[in-house]
Amino acid sequence: MSKIHVSTTVNGDAVEYLCDPRETLLDCLRDKLSLTGAKEGCGTGDCGACSVTLDGRLVCSCLVLGVEAEGKEIGTVEGIADGDVLHPLQQKFIDYAALQCGICTPGILVAAKALLEQNPDPTEEEVRFWLAGNLCRCTGYDKIIRAVMDTARDMREAV
Amino acid sequence: MQYHSPASFAEASQLAAAATGTTRFLAGGTDVLVQLRADIVTPDTLIDIKKIPGTRDITRNADGSWTLGVAVSGAEMGEHAALVADWPGVVEAMNLVGSTQVQGRATLTGNLCNGSPAADSVPAMVAAGVTATVTGPNGERKVPVGSIPTGPGRTSLAKGEVVSALHIPARGEHAGDAYLRFIPRSEMDIAVVGCAVNLRLDGDTISEARVSLGAVAPTVLLVEDAAAAIVGSTLDDAALDRLAAAASAACKPINDKRGTIEFRTQVAGVLARRVARIAYARAKGEIIKGHHG
Ligand SMILES: Cc1cc2nc3c(=O)[nH]c(=O)nc-3n(C[C@H](O)[C@H](O)[C@H](O)COP(=O)(O)OP(=O)(O)OC[C@H]3O[C@@H](n4cnc5c(N)ncnc54)[C@H](O)[C@@H]3O)c2cc1C
Ligand code: FES
Ligand code: FES
Repeated sequence: MSKIHVSTTVNGDAVEYLCDPRETLLDCLRDKLSLTGAKEGCGTGDCGACSVTLDGRLVCSCLVLGVEAEGKEIGTVEGIADGDVLHPLQQKFIDYAALQCGICTPGILVAAKALLEQNPDPTEEEVRFWLAGNLCRCTGYDKIIRAVMDTARDMREAV
Repeated sequence: MQYHSPASFAEASQLAAAATGTTRFLAGGTDVLVQLRADIVTPDTLIDIKKIPGTRDITRNADGSWTLGVAVSGAEMGEHAALVADWPGVVEAMNLVGSTQVQGRATLTGNLCNGSPAADSVPAMVAAGVTATVTGPNGERKVPVGSIPTGPGRTSLAKGEVVSALHIPARGEHAGDAYLRFIPRSEMDIAVVGCAVNLRLDGDTISEARVSLGAVAPTVLLVEDAAAAIVGSTLDDAALDRLAAAASAACKPINDKRGTIEFRTQVAGVLARRVARIAYARAKGEIIKGHHG
């Protein structure tokens, strides 16, 4: 099986990899680029643990082929913090203990960041619908939703 | 698996016509990749249509009709205020597909050509009178979208044929459309019944209507008796009763874990009433937001 050469941008850095056309973007991020933040929960688009942005749009990286990343801009959880300074969402998730095992957390952070960029003042219902494709088996969601709502308020007050 | 990303539909069609084994087109991939990963369908040839120019465009034509590229995602439709204003039912149906993440990729054309009887956008497209341009080895043809799905997982597209654009008619005056589905949860589930209504008013009286049902037969249904039940009425209680009866009478559903035959048949009537009321209010100029609006 011949491999395809892919040039793409991940968290602002130009990267290249060779992949089989059947490999997903999630496989390529984890196994070729060693970016293991995005997780594989289901591999079928149901859990959101693999959430990344593709040209700014939130997607499941398990439902994108590695070859489709050619010429695109990918954003993963590894690009959320600014050096050693955590993103306000990351800090708030720690403050609220909005995670337990942490498998869902990278996907939820990427998804929540995409929401706040599009809608800085979401209602609780909007947050819950936006995150409906991000499953968490541990927290019962309440702390996650409160952490996102509270971060949104802090970020609005900061500007 | 061979991956191709052609630069035109003519090239895409040639590649598909020349391919041996199983061929799939790749739009948003939210069905293709799930089937690939679950070992249900591993295509020998995968033809990505997203690099073809124009496939991400939403265009309002001079006559008020719309042309949608086949790679336009549900999210892009929902963000297009003028499209939402003209065809809220088509957009709300597409926006019910999957999660935010799935919306970032999933397309109307993929929803149609995957051939699921429960595909949410298909009843809304059928009620709206959407047509598709199909490019094949012998050129182009234009067909109503309802003629494409022929049964679960099957379509009328011949070898080498690819959908190259979707066309939504001009909205015109005093008209509205709507779509609702029943699912056991509030999000992320497959329709047990889906219903779309598209209608036009002359004063308070319905002058034209199209009623479509999903998930109650092997393919989407256009229910002419249900439309006839409300044309000429002001959507009074008697008309709504006739509409519900006609919608239920058209159902030929399956029994499965998400709904019995009796349940699906009854829910079709209940949804038809609710959807017709929303479409009627929209035709009167009311703004009624969709579930995700
Ligand atoms: C988590 C999850 C939730 C979902 N929820 C729903 C839901 O609520 N409702 C629902 O209806 N669906 C749902 N789906 C199914 C899927 O998202 C939709 O059917 C979607 O619209 C498919 O579009 P796509 O662009 O991703 O199609 P793809 O996967 O790219 O393609 C689907 C099929 O269409 C064919 N095709 C694509 N483009 C063309 C073309 N131009 N010409 C000819 N054939 C073509 C492909 O060969 C393939 O057979 C869900 C899927 C997931 C993963
Ligand atoms: S791993 Fe992608 S959605 Fe679950
Ligand atoms: S913290 Fe364990 S799945 Fe969410």
